[in-house]
Amino acid sequence: MSLFTPLSWNDTGFILTGILNTIYISVLAISVGTVLGLMIGFIRSVSTQSINFVLGSILDVLRIVPLIIQLILFSTFVGIMGHPLPPFASGSIILSLYTMAFMTEVFRAGFDNVSKSMGIAARSLGMTYWQSMRYIVLPIGMKSVFPSWMGVALSVIKDSALVSVIGYMELLRTSEQLITRTQQPLEILLGVGLFYFIISYPLSTFGRYMEKKMAI
Amino acid sequence: MIQIQGVHKSFGALKILKGIDLEVNKGEVVSIIGGSGSGKSTLLYCINGIEDIQKGRVLVDGVDVHDKSTNLNKLRQEIGMVFQQWNSFPHLTVLENVSLAPRVVLGKNKKEAQELAKHHLQHVGLGDKFDVFPTQMSGGQQQRLAIARTLAMNPNYMLLDEITSALDPELVGEVLDTLRLLRDEGMTMICVTHEMAFAKEVSDQIAFVEEGIIEEIGEAKQVIENPSNEKTKRFLSKVL
Repeated sequence: MSLFTPLSWNDTGFILTGILNTIYISVLAISVGTVLGLMIGFIRSVSTQSINFVLGSILDVLRIVPLIIQLILFSTFVGIMGHPLPPFASGSIILSLYTMAFMTEVFRAGFDNVSKSMGIAARSLGMTYWQSMRYIVLPIGMKSVFPSWMGVALSVIKDSALVSVIGYMELLRTSEQLITRTQQPLEILLGVGLFYFIISYPLSTFGRYMEKKMAI
Repeated sequence: MIQIQGVHKSFGALKILKGIDLEVNKGEVVSIIGGSGSGKSTLLYCINGIEDIQKGRVLVDGVDVHDKSTNLNKLRQEIGMVFQQWNSFPHLTVLENVSLAPRVVLGKNKKEAQELAKHHLQHVGLGDKFDVFPTQMSGGQQQRLAIARTLAMNPNYMLLDEITSALDPELVGEVLDTLRLLRDEGMTMICVTHEMAFAKEVSDQIAFVEEGIIEEIGEAKQVIENPSNEKTKRFLSKVL
């Protein structure tokens, strides 16, 4: 039996696992990142300069340090501290925080985009602060930043490929293993690229559709 | 009845209102005129508690607006406000713009709130615009929408902050007509306005404000046609 075996239909399940894991960790990171980003974005838009300085600095670290370094540092660090985490756990934590850092700026801009007078108009009708947020400021602000939100979400799907470096079996790592075995890098990488496209394209189309629908 | 007693208001070191006294009775229309930066709009914002004050007090039907224990959300249901920039909610249809507050603030169900909204929209002549978004309408229509939105809360008082100032001249008339309608129905209104002819026509009283002080207040026709205060005369000679 030869050392290398070519790609075959038997590999379908393996590849499918990779695809599903990529989707899984992306959806998780985008969801967690969106919720946290929304909360911190709100805090940033109403906070004083000094609180913003502290928050901004922390978020800047997450945004500026390359994701691949954050992943390796974090998974190594928790290992050294005696609490090694499985690749999926480390990967989701870092990817979520990384997404959060970008989403925070998206949502902060969203809150800042809504003129103060909108809130005042809502309050003058007798709405409480939170009602004016919930019904007026939040929907108007979120609508204005939807394209940026979509941009961050799409890039997180691509960035999730980096989680492969700490051993998570997502699409890229699956394909790397297949390449090692089959020595068919061209076919496999082409296929993998196509899959990222297939995952992302419907999303970006949906985004454009929503944008058009919301642009009144 | 709205009673403004010795109200002082400043933003930091900048004194905007320097002791304002004014009484507005039920059913009365009072216009406030004066140059820009005189404190007219700020005075309105102090009446519904959007702005706090440093001294004096504002009583609305005997309730102290700036008292800590006053429920401002409740009080604001009694005091409608319409703004210079109309502030229609861009993400909601015309019907939703008007029905939102009755629904979430007054707790009406969707159907009730929509019926109410339709009634008030028809009242201001927007009966054919229910499903349109505000940004597709003219400024005058948006301003009438803002009036309907306020009326749907069934307020006892209306504060109108230069509501025709941002409109193209040809759209001013339709908004003023709506105000005439409200006056004829007995709505109590305080209007900050630059429309002197309109102020003279609809108001019971006119107050002239300069540098945070009411320099002259009196019967509308008298203040415009025969002001007694030198500052009022100077101001009117510039704007008339």
